[in-house]
Amino acid sequence: MINLTINGESITAPEGATILEVARMAGIEIPTLCHHPDLSNVGACRMCVVSVQGARALQTACTTPAADGMVVDTMSEDAVETRKFVLEMLLTDHPNECMTCEVNGDCELQDLVYDYGVKWPEHNGQRHQWEINPDPNPFIFIDRNKCILCSRCIRACNEIQNRDVWNFAYRGFQTKLVAGADQFMLDAGCESCGQCVAYCPVGALYDKMSIGLGRVNQITKVRTTCSYCGVGCNFDLNVRDGRIIRVTSAADAPVNGMALCVKGRYGYDYVHHPDRLTRPLVRAKWLGREAVEERIAAGEWAIFDEAKQRLTHRRPPNDAQTPIPNTQYPNTQYPNTQDLNTQLPPDTFIATDWDTALDVVANKFAETKKKFGGDAFALLASAKCTNEENFIFNKFTRQMLATHSIDHCARL
Amino acid sequence: MGTHNDAVDLSLMDDVFREYEGQRGALIPILQKAQEKYGWLPPEVLNLIAKKLGIPVSKVFGVATFYAQFYLERRGRHILRLCDGTACHVRGTPILLTALEEHYQLEPGETTEDGELTVELVYCLGSCALAPVAVLDGEVLGRLRQNMLLRTLKKRIDLAKPA
Amino acid sequence: MSVHASPSLTFESPEQGPDSQRRCVAVCMGTGCSSSESALVRERLREALVEQGLDAEVEVRRTGCFGFCEQGPITVVYPEEVFYTRVKPRDAQKIVEEHIVGGRPVEKLLYKDPLREQPVQKWHEIGFYGKQKRILLGNCGVIDPENIDHYIAKAGYQALEKCLTQLEPTDVIEEVTKSGLRGRGGGGFPTGVKWGLARKTPRWPKYVICNADEGDPGAFMDRSLLEGDPHSVIEGMIIAAYAIGAEYGYIYVRAEYPLAVRRLRIALEQARERGFLGENIFNSGFSFDLQIKEGAGAFVCGEETALMNSIMGERGQPWPRPPYPAVSGLWDQPSNVNNVKSYAYAPAIIRNGADWFKQIGTPKSPGTAVFALTGMVNRTGLIEVPMGITLREIIFDIGGGIPHGKQFKAVQTGGPLGGCLPEEYLDVPIDFDSLQAAGSVMGSGGMVIADESTCMVEFARFFLKFACEESCGKCPPCRIGSLRMLEILTRITEGEGRLEDLDELKRLSKGLQRGSLCGLGQLAPSPVLSVLRHFEDEFRAHIVDKACPARKCKALITYEVVAELCTGCMVCGRNCAANAITGEKLQPHVIDPELCERCGLCYEVCNFDAIVIKSPR
Repeated sequence: MINLTINGESITAPEGATILEVARMAGIEIPTLCHHPDLSNVGACRMCVVSVQGARALQTACTTPAADGMVVDTMSEDAVETRKFVLEMLLTDHPNECMTCEVNGDCELQDLVYDYGVKWPEHNGQRHQWEINPDPNPFIFIDRNKCILCSRCIRACNEIQNRDVWNFAYRGFQTKLVAGADQFMLDAGCESCGQCVAYCPVGALYDKMSIGLGRVNQITKVRTTCSYCGVGCNFDLNVRDGRIIRVTSAADAPVNGMALCVKGRYGYDYVHHPDRLTRPLVRAKWLGREAVEERIAAGEWAIFDEAKQRLTHRRPPNDAQTPIPNTQYPNTQYPNTQDLNTQLPPDTFIATDWDTALDVVANKFAETKKKFGGDAFALLASAKCTNEENFIFNKFTRQMLATHSIDHCARL
Repeated sequence: MGTHNDAVDLSLMDDVFREYEGQRGALIPILQKAQEKYGWLPPEVLNLIAKKLGIPVSKVFGVATFYAQFYLERRGRHILRLCDGTACHVRGTPILLTALEEHYQLEPGETTEDGELTVELVYCLGSCALAPVAVLDGEVLGRLRQNMLLRTLKKRIDLAKPA
Repeated sequence: MSVHASPSLTFESPEQGPDSQRRCVAVCMGTGCSSSESALVRERLREALVEQGLDAEVEVRRTGCFGFCEQGPITVVYPEEVFYTRVKPRDAQKIVEEHIVGGRPVEKLLYKDPLREQPVQKWHEIGFYGKQKRILLGNCGVIDPENIDHYIAKAGYQALEKCLTQLEPTDVIEEVTKSGLRGRGGGGFPTGVKWGLARKTPRWPKYVICNADEGDPGAFMDRSLLEGDPHSVIEGMIIAAYAIGAEYGYIYVRAEYPLAVRRLRIALEQARERGFLGENIFNSGFSFDLQIKEGAGAFVCGEETALMNSIMGERGQPWPRPPYPAVSGLWDQPSNVNNVKSYAYAPAIIRNGADWFKQIGTPKSPGTAVFALTGMVNRTGLIEVPMGITLREIIFDIGGGIPHGKQFKAVQTGGPLGGCLPEEYLDVPIDFDSLQAAGSVMGSGGMVIADESTCMVEFARFFLKFACEESCGKCPPCRIGSLRMLEILTRITEGEGRLEDLDELKRLSKGLQRGSLCGLGQLAPSPVLSVLRHFEDEFRAHIVDKACPARKCKALITYEVVAELCTGCMVCGRNCAANAITGEKLQPHVIDPELCERCGLCYEVCNFDAIVIKSPR
């Protein structure tokens, strides 16, 4: 352990920590832009400069190791003025569009400019005029005019995702954030995980699907666990007016931190998708005639189109008061309940309730086991299930169905 | 060196990779050698270097664009650097440019289709007394006039078919 | 010549030694002289000697730079040291016939000092060399840089032998520390202390790196040294490696220095052949080798951390220190980075002792300084002077003053990261600290003289533009701040300046100095600040009077015909591409300022000095 003084306060800190880490542990805030605790430190943005007694120049707190006996002033005149200068310089090459910016209220640059009381610098000098949204990536939106070249996206892609899509090209004022050899992202090996967006401190990288749908003060964040696989990533659903408009990383997620895959981050559109199945569907032939007649009268039936591997279905009654013509089978549009078994296409599904559906399944299981024995079954467990669910699944397979033919989708 | 429309012969790089095999930090010397061989750094070569060294293309591109020495656009076998400093400008550089455009369909920064000639516009070569000045492959051509420039180019460069 | 007992320090054939009494014609084959056909001069000399049957008796030697590049190609006849300037290939025959055979120096090739009537015969009598003290450049112009025997004959590699056979690494560090040698890259950090820090880090491998990325426009000290005496640098690096415990080294050279690279390659090969590089050097158990890394065109790579990034094949961007290279540098290993000249001093210090070195120069900055003297001065070239010499001595005694009787205005040292000093500072003794106190820096050795015809505002703008274009782009103060400063300076030179701009320039400068990551950004405002400090009136003239006192800034000048002097010869009108000059034959002409492009051609071609450049005030 080492002892040092920050802003007159004596602090004991573990060896090897940076000034920034020590200060934050002690509750002393030092502003940063290019620093992120998940990423390596580059000392580029100069926001975290502090005065260290005896040092020739200001030191970047994010890269300077705290040392025993060090005397640090985080709010020295030099440090504060430098931060103001850096912010002012960044603003001289930044669009003045906070009013229309997606990240208004959720922007590290905006907050710091506010905190340090930096005025909007008017000038007639050069400003970048990059094309906005030049990349056809379906998920990631780019506005280089807002980029402050902090390199967090580059490091996130390199250090967390290991894809190395991003890098800086050229130099000086011409420095440009590029994907690959200044290609489209997808051509540069991008798998659209959106890590770069998650680490962008400003509005230079944003989620394309969420453009114009709501900003931070208009949404409610709902923490949830990803339903795609068994890793158990947590993230925040950004909900506005009952609809999910965006997924954002939750830094405190125990399993994944800020990291998410393309499915977790961008695969939420199914939630409000009109094609989404909201009730169990059972083949007509497994239901009683009465139930089928009732559901068909209500318009709740669907036909499985094997050629298209897709369900063409009817909406629940409130959505479909008037029956919609079945385009796949134009001649069998309102099946005659009298001729159910002959006229109804063989793969007609009927919407039903869970009890009914599970009854059908249970009956079929029992029937099959009785007729062919347990070895007639083979079961595939899902990565989306929890450990407990998979345990039960295993028990069910081996004890109830009496087969060893159980496997897991992760093997595929 | 092949003509302009030839596909890039990647086998030229074999020796280079052999020479630097296993060396750390060899990216810059490899880029230098590649530029020696091709006269510029074609995208195919950048990709190949990335693949052979097992490093991302973004890194190769980032390094190649950082240093002033590297050209990422094809340059001709002959380089004509035309001065457009004020002295030269008023002494007729625009007329010379018009001549180049008429005869070779070349604008500043462009290269002829056969890859023979690149025209670059520079700002003051420090030979204002000889204005307008151009430098063809390192040789200073002073007090240029249209027909003189075209004659010199025709003589010096085996252009496919100057119109 | 017998040097110690080591077999590797004797010549393979003794007659290869350079300082026998044998007649020798030395031809400079540095970059400057080579570009004016010195290779052909050498060839012709050989042919002429063969013709006279003297080729066995008289040696034609290739040497490095004599420093007096402006007068190149330079040829010196030894042992009498007769110094010939501007030698053309066709002069070779004359030198051989008249001088070598006839014994009469060729008068027309002798240096004619504009300040003296008689041509000067001998090298050291030339005013340019009078106040010089050549330690680093001592071998330049004397030995053949491509022949290791020449270096060895000049006590080369003796210092290395002494280190490896008689001294402990700590002794070496102590000696260098005691000598007070300060880093010649410009920073002036004590070299011995630096080596000690690298030695202290208990991690291996360690690296020794030579910074030969000399990027200042107009500076060529390191290039000349590498071209003229590459072994001194190599020997210095081996000594440093031994001192800090390194096994491998790199010389990072600008790719724009092909001749230096070639000479280094030859030198490395020869040093390896002789066993100065490689395994178990001098049977001491110490092994070391090094390789050349060519830069790729980035001024910022002169910064040590950017340089190391470049060696590692990365973008040449600096990293914030700590970690210092001595702790974690190249590939995160302890590394020692020094300038070419710093390494080259080491052999001389070890050979002659720290006390010898300390008696040269000033107590706080011992030794000599090497400058590339250029600009508006009578004699330009490469010079080596003892520290403590005044600027006046350099400019007027060595440089011979300002040409065409013009007034001295400023001296700029330290290149784009240095500063300008006016006349009042001419008597400041040159060393690291006093230059800094005066508002300039020692720098790596560029020295540009400006006379009354130089516009200081434009001068400042030129250097800032360079820094701006060479900014690596990593930190915002330098990336954006330098551009904002350049925009203001450009505006001022175009007559659009405002008085507030001066304070704004100072404010931005402060921001860059305080906030930038590396020396490039921290020092980029220096030229501007020093001009603001010493030549504020020129700034004010541009802003308030819309005038350029030096009559250089195009937007602020007009060309006018003096009617009384104009003969109406029509030469100006014929030359004017803008058709701005009108007038009848034999009648005074008139220049239309609206059409005039201010190319200055009429001014050049007028035979009657009838055209004047005017600027308000």
